[in-house]
Amino acid sequence: MTLETASQQSFGQKHVLDLDSFTSQDITHVLDNTLAMEQVLEREIRKVPALRGKTVVTLFYESSTRTRVSFEQAAKILSADVINVSSSGSSTKKGESLYNTALTIQAMQADIIVIRHPHSGAPHFLARQLRSKVINAGDGTHAHPTQSLLDLYTIRKNIGTIEGKKIVIIGDIMYSRVARSNLWGLTKMGARVVLCGPQTLIPNDFLNGHRTEEGHPFAAVEIQTDLDTALKDADVIMALRLQLERQKAGHLPSLREYSQTYGLNARRLAIAKDGALVMHPGPMNEGVEIETDIAHGAQSVIEEQVKSGVAVRMSLLYSMAAGQNLEI
Amino acid sequence: MPLIEKRIQNPVQIERALTRISHEILERNGGGDNVVLVGMHSRGVPLAQRISTAIERFEGIKVPVGKLDIGMYRDDISEKGSPLMKPTDIPSDINGKTVVIIDDVLYTGRSIRAAMDAISDFGRPSQMQLGVLVDRGHRELPIRADYVGKNVPTAKDEDVQVRLMEIDGADEIVITTNNNDMGDKT
Repeated sequence: MTLETASQQSFGQKHVLDLDSFTSQDITHVLDNTLAMEQVLEREIRKVPALRGKTVVTLFYESSTRTRVSFEQAAKILSADVINVSSSGSSTKKGESLYNTALTIQAMQADIIVIRHPHSGAPHFLARQLRSKVINAGDGTHAHPTQSLLDLYTIRKNIGTIEGKKIVIIGDIMYSRVARSNLWGLTKMGARVVLCGPQTLIPNDFLNGHRTEEGHPFAAVEIQTDLDTALKDADVIMALRLQLERQKAGHLPSLREYSQTYGLNARRLAIAKDGALVMHPGPMNEGVEIETDIAHGAQSVIEEQVKSGVAVRMSLLYSMAAGQNLEI
Repeated sequence: MPLIEKRIQNPVQIERALTRISHEILERNGGGDNVVLVGMHSRGVPLAQRISTAIERFEGIKVPVGKLDIGMYRDDISEKGSPLMKPTDIPSDINGKTVVIIDDVLYTGRSIRAAMDAISDFGRPSQMQLGVLVDRGHRELPIRADYVGKNVPTAKDEDVQVRLMEIDGADEIVITTNNNDMGDKT
């Protein structure tokens, strides 16, 4: 077989810390291969030998079902060995530092470490210190690149392309790592992004440093505090989880007021384009940021987001394991 | 890097080889009723489709054609970089069928090993056979082809390229020699 190797090697990342370092080719590469991974999930025997002999360790310092389980399933379907470490059941409880825990894991010859941590930057720290490849599965309020990749995949699958589409992200932008990673992912793929929420959760100077910078991907990002205005001509609506602690911190007068001003309901959905996609990274507060009938309605692709999570993560693990020039 | 290119087969010769392979498949399997063709991406796919069309012309039966991407079955993924995978589509049930794997060039045999593993995950064919347009030698595994368009003895630093109308806009087979020996051959 004649292999067109050079032209096909379009994934250039050793670690996956955030999408800011990804090129649009890297993103497209992961999304394209996700299709092949979805086909594996539809087979009778859901197992391929791609990552045989590789070890993937999930290291979770924060609770998670969706993300951890889908990483575990993705790695197992690709035949990798998976070790799950959670902070509650490990030596972390005895006061072991992140660095020492990570060294122990590296000593077990982990090829890829998937980490979630409440502190922004923890995955970057590991990537600098360790020889293993690192995937950020959510760090503090900073980034959640794999969630963004599966959002991009879901959009592309449902409306064909991301470029030129109007995507409205609603809610707790300031504290949302999903929104931050999606800002990078969506703008790199050429989408028009509108951020919408109360000023307490999107400060006036949010992104200002970037928005005034000529040619920066964020330069075209719009900020809008009125949801009805933001939703006009929207192709995709992403509602974010409202952390209930925000009210205590004084960012919101009351949940009821938030839900009246920024909750996604049938009347508001009608303002967007016909058939606009409704997305949510989960877990949802139904009745707060999104009404139940919309969350489970015909335009919702929320369940599909969860489903594509496994295939997207398979594609990503595969690309990282196959990285040619990235060998350690 | 100067590339020397030598054409070894023209469109007519390729057509003749495929016609002969189609007949050989029918002869060997007592007809085409139990046969499933599986083309390996990229160029094995149009080749398998052409063979299926030829068989339909001779016998009036439609032999199903599948497509296979072996990206997830390669034994060298850490060396070659991340390939872009194309859709795999194995037609319905291959249990008890004769699966004929079709590829353009047979070289080390590693792709075929991967293809056999991949097909086994879709069922248990009664047998697997292999048809290739070019066998260029240099096997690294105990694998041989059942149907061969042309045996082309080559040196390891040469490259055999099959070009097909469907993908490359023209039918031809060429041998390229890289004067600079540093070339990365596959």
